[in-house]
Amino acid sequence: MTAVGTDQRQQLAYVATQAADARLNVEIETEGMTLNIGPQHPATHGTLRLVARLDGEQVVEAEPIMGYMHRGYEKLAEVRTYPQVTTLINRIDWLGSFANEVPFILAAEKLMEVEAPPRAQWIRTVLFELSRIANITLFLGDMAVQLGALTPVFMAFRDREFVLNQIEAATGGRFHPNFDRIGGLKDDLPKGWIDDTRQVMEKMRDFCDEFEELVLGNEIFEARTRGIGIVPADVGLAYGLSGANIRASGVDWDLRRDGHEALAYDQVDWKVWTHPDGDSFARYWVRLQETREATHIVDQLLDGLPSGPIMAKVPRIIKVPAGEAYAATENPLGEMGYYVVSKGDLVPFRVKIRSASFSNISITPWLLKGVYVPDIITILASLYFILGDIDR
Amino acid sequence: MTQLSSTDTDTSAEAEPQPDERREAWAAQLADSLGDGYAEHHIIEGSDLWVRVARDSWTDAATAARDLLGCQFFDWLSAIDWLPSPFGRDMDAQEDNPEPKAADPMEQGHAGGETRFQMVMRLYSISEHMGLTIKADLPDGDLSIDTLIGVYPGADWHEREAWEMFGIHFNNHPDLRNIYLPGEFEGNPLRKDFPLLARRVKPWPGIVDVELFPGEEDS
Repeated sequence: MTAVGTDQRQQLAYVATQAADARLNVEIETEGMTLNIGPQHPATHGTLRLVARLDGEQVVEAEPIMGYMHRGYEKLAEVRTYPQVTTLINRIDWLGSFANEVPFILAAEKLMEVEAPPRAQWIRTVLFELSRIANITLFLGDMAVQLGALTPVFMAFRDREFVLNQIEAATGGRFHPNFDRIGGLKDDLPKGWIDDTRQVMEKMRDFCDEFEELVLGNEIFEARTRGIGIVPADVGLAYGLSGANIRASGVDWDLRRDGHEALAYDQVDWKVWTHPDGDSFARYWVRLQETREATHIVDQLLDGLPSGPIMAKVPRIIKVPAGEAYAATENPLGEMGYYVVSKGDLVPFRVKIRSASFSNISITPWLLKGVYVPDIITILASLYFILGDIDR
Repeated sequence: MTQLSSTDTDTSAEAEPQPDERREAWAAQLADSLGDGYAEHHIIEGSDLWVRVARDSWTDAATAARDLLGCQFFDWLSAIDWLPSPFGRDMDAQEDNPEPKAADPMEQGHAGGETRFQMVMRLYSISEHMGLTIKADLPDGDLSIDTLIGVYPGADWHEREAWEMFGIHFNNHPDLRNIYLPGEFEGNPLRKDFPLLARRVKPWPGIVDVELFPGEEDS
């Protein structure tokens, strides 16, 4: 035990852990131990480290340690022009990278009072949903593999490739499209893309149906996830949980529907999925339904894709007028937003990146208290974070 | 899976009452509850609301926003360093920046302010589908402010980040230490006077972002 700080909360925590040790020693004569998970554990999607103090098999306290991948994007954005920033922010949540670009571009468009033409907004929304499908597909396989089921992850990688192919065909990049521009998009869709995408959406619906039986219908999966890691709605909100994590706690809130950004979500018929339980199973269930819903959104958008230009009239050298704007969208991992402060220059004065995983994972010290060791993996997997989205 | 059926939500655009009236009402409610601690506000019609409060009213403002305005959702917290830094270019290599421009005077953004450092927090109401940004000035000699952990536990990590990136001290924060940077790191990287060394030691190839066509004028 290290030296105790003078701070009262630390003292209380110290007394509590000592008491736990003492009680345990009397009962079964074991000592508390410290378990280090990571920074290379496969459950961590990168390099998250978790230090857990255990009492037998129960966690007394757990602390995530990050920063192994901190790249300082907020500082780097201050010395790049607005179009250059999208190259960086692609790499925040690298599995759904197009979705990262959109809120930043929307914030810049808000400041410039430019609005992308309808066709650009619709294609943006389509690519946004494709990013979501590609991202969540991997989660659906990955959570199963972390619970010991090896097959789903291969199926997920196999089927995700179809979606990535479509993203690549439209943007030129599988992972880092860098396709969104202030005032529109870099290019229009290639020939034949719409039909191909419809077929892929069909495949992804089959994928979702298959997973509904294979994973959600699996007894072991249910036993490992039901009632594990329950997040009450009010606690989740106070910690800033967003996206499927909070919808799995019964909060009916989705920025695609409730946000005021100019994307084309209000043009299609879809619904927001919620689940009342708030446990790991619910989080998986909500994400699976959302993936299927996303394929329907894409289909409808492709049906009604308006014609017209894909770029608004913007100067080639972009100077953004002075002001402040915050734009947030419902990214695959939750709410992602950019608070952009401009001084009327070529470069932003300050960019605050609100990434979903950082807030989503900040609940873990609270959530992991008292759980058993194998459930740490379940809970971390079900909260679904991408390290690049935590460390930025 | 019938027992898990989704909420049937109407996704069609709903007719809203005037959003600006709602934002005005929020600002008025905060002003009532904070009294002298309330400095000013700024509204962009149909878009956003900024409120500036005194440093001592920081936690009161958060509590009022949570309890009176229904902002249950803690979005984020950070700080802004308003020290002028033209284009961020004063940090560039000499080749990139042969004639450094004089710095502009310091000018704070929406809802005003007097000091170099300002705290910013963003709160959101999931029932009203509306958010607001609350700011507070930090006097230069005493960069400290009360912690929000008692109001929103999620503020913990955001405050640790602001502490290491800007050097702002959070009173009564139980665990103020580095979250991203290594423990022995010196300096506060997001301050405007913290140099970006990679830019200083060699030219940056992206300095010319868009080359103009012949005859085209800079717009």
